[in-house]
Amino acid sequence: MLQQLEHGSPRFNPSAGSLGIKTNVPVNGSGWSASLADTIRKPNVGDTERLTSLAAGSILAVLGLSRRSIPGLVVAATGTALAFRGATGHCGVYESLGVDTTQAAPRRQGQKSLRDQMIEVTQSVTINATPEQLYSFWRKLSQLPLVLTHIESIEELDSKRSHWVAKPAQSMDAKVEWDAEITRDEPNRLIEWRSLPSSMIETRGSIQFAKALGDRGTAVRVFIEYSPPGDRATHLFAKMLGKSPQTLIRDDLRNFRRFMEIGEIPTVSGQPRGTCAAKSTQQFKV
Amino acid sequence: MMNALVWCAPYKVRVEKVPEPKILNRRDAIVRLTSTCICGSDLHLVDGFIPFMKPGDILGHEPMGIVEEVGPEVDTTKVDVGDRVIIPFALGCGKCFFCRRELWSCCDNTNPNASMAETLFGYPTSGMLGYSHLTGGYAGGQAEFLRVPIADVNCRVVPDDMHDHQLVFLSDIFPTGYMAAEQCNIQPDDTVAVWGCGPVGQFTIRSAMLLGAGRVIAIDDEKKVPERLKMAKDAGAIPVNMRDEDVYEKLLELTDGIGPDICIDAVGMEAHGTNIAETIYDKVKTNLFMETDRPAVVRQAIECCRKAGTVSIPGAYGGVADKIPLGALMNKGLTIKTGQTHVHRYVPKLLDYIKNGDIDPSFVVTHRVPLTQADQAYTTFREKQDGCIKVVLDPTQ
Repeated sequence: MLQQLEHGSPRFNPSAGSLGIKTNVPVNGSGWSASLADTIRKPNVGDTERLTSLAAGSILAVLGLSRRSIPGLVVAATGTALAFRGATGHCGVYESLGVDTTQAAPRRQGQKSLRDQMIEVTQSVTINATPEQLYSFWRKLSQLPLVLTHIESIEELDSKRSHWVAKPAQSMDAKVEWDAEITRDEPNRLIEWRSLPSSMIETRGSIQFAKALGDRGTAVRVFIEYSPPGDRATHLFAKMLGKSPQTLIRDDLRNFRRFMEIGEIPTVSGQPRGTCAAKSTQQFKV
Repeated sequence: MMNALVWCAPYKVRVEKVPEPKILNRRDAIVRLTSTCICGSDLHLVDGFIPFMKPGDILGHEPMGIVEEVGPEVDTTKVDVGDRVIIPFALGCGKCFFCRRELWSCCDNTNPNASMAETLFGYPTSGMLGYSHLTGGYAGGQAEFLRVPIADVNCRVVPDDMHDHQLVFLSDIFPTGYMAAEQCNIQPDDTVAVWGCGPVGQFTIRSAMLLGAGRVIAIDDEKKVPERLKMAKDAGAIPVNMRDEDVYEKLLELTDGIGPDICIDAVGMEAHGTNIAETIYDKVKTNLFMETDRPAVVRQAIECCRKAGTVSIPGAYGGVADKIPLGALMNKGLTIKTGQTHVHRYVPKLLDYIKNGDIDPSFVVTHRVPLTQADQAYTTFREKQDGCIKVVLDPTQ
């Protein structure tokens, strides 16, 4: 089944491009526009270097500030500049020297496409339930937000098409919405979907159900490919700080297993806890 | 509002008024606690050896009480309002791969913070009551009321005609001591050496005897808590005072040159070294965050165990440790058995032992104090003051 899947969805070649990180080349016909920083100043720092700058700069800034001294301030200022260089991908020194490290690996301009920014995730989980039970849960797309923590709602438009709304990744981000259609549907075995061309993001994926060995239930395998809304360098940095797409999907599959095996997702939110407030001014939250 | 023992900072706990727990999931139950204990592993948490505590966390994982309220989807043929129950500290779901194999503390479905534990251990443990955010951040049982998730699996009904002190240790330390011995496949001619004569060690010693060990040797420091070695001796174990004796030489002598067949570490991550150099080495390493656990007992158990013997580790560890003698482990062909306790697996059998009078777990209790004095009780327990071996807190006073 995996072979079928891969046959049906030819993978992009990850070796094309240095890290596959988006630079300032606009992507045709997909509704993508170059980000603000890109239009103001053309990035001239390569992907790996940007990440390093961003990480090292941030650390220096924090360390410098925590010193609370003049040399500390200098360190912090250097760090901030370095982090800014990483975030924007633009380096003033490089500009004056005429250096550009964004094209470290030679690539042909004409070949760049959305594929260069696609993020691919494959995760598996074994669930103590039959393929029939799991397939029927998943096929009712509107109930998927019960287990998919990053999806706010899914509206089934007809038997094939659905409207997806993702929760904002950060509090200030806008919601991401897209329409998807089921491109393949084999009851109790496989569901494949992809976003419709007019969508804000391009995504496609599949879920497969296969009987696991012995009495272990069903092996569930999810494949998702998507173009992240935002610069990929930012995305990679977010990954270093928080959840990677792999972890995100793994957590969702864990929720799926919990929902199917025990009918609930364990929680501790809403349970009592202490305040540790100073005794004299102790306040109790209810 | 109710009283609860709250963790605020390393070495700092106190009794606070906190809101009473509510049903959060449809299979939850609320239990009004009648007895709840302080465990040696609470000290690891309080001291910051497991660095996943947050100020305000309620501690405690050895509770029992009366079911006060059940959620709408609790299977009331298993547990219902008014039942007297003990709550296994490691929460199970009863449905996952691991629970179906009686490996309850490995349950895949009860830890809300699974991805955090996954980062540290590769795979997450089950959820555990009052045992840091690594095991889910569940509010613990050193309180007047406790919310128990998946209550028809995690509330185990116990008889009404026994004293709390005979039953409450079924939640953790009796099964923990029992599993430490049971997983070693004890034979009638085996000598079992147990490091640490705290509460878990005491139950390990008695369990080894119940399982028919030929001889049990109890190792502890007599100067720190003389009552512990005495309690072990009362159970029929041969006491070895590690302060006065060279443990390796003594074990060799007691086993006629073969070495103990089974060595059990009932001490855990805050072990003090067997000599000054080792103590200082581990102290420095842990203070520099180069290791998180002090593995002095594991080292000695591996060294002392007879060739092709078994080393069992019920003592709690949380992170990484240094200078484990892998060469001795491999070349002597040792077997290591360990794990958080699969409490659910052992409750019925151990309850039978208690009913039959084979063991009365209340022997271990040295202190019963009101929950409102729990903060002082922690000091008594940590400093081993007043012959303290096991503290039971009374939330009803």
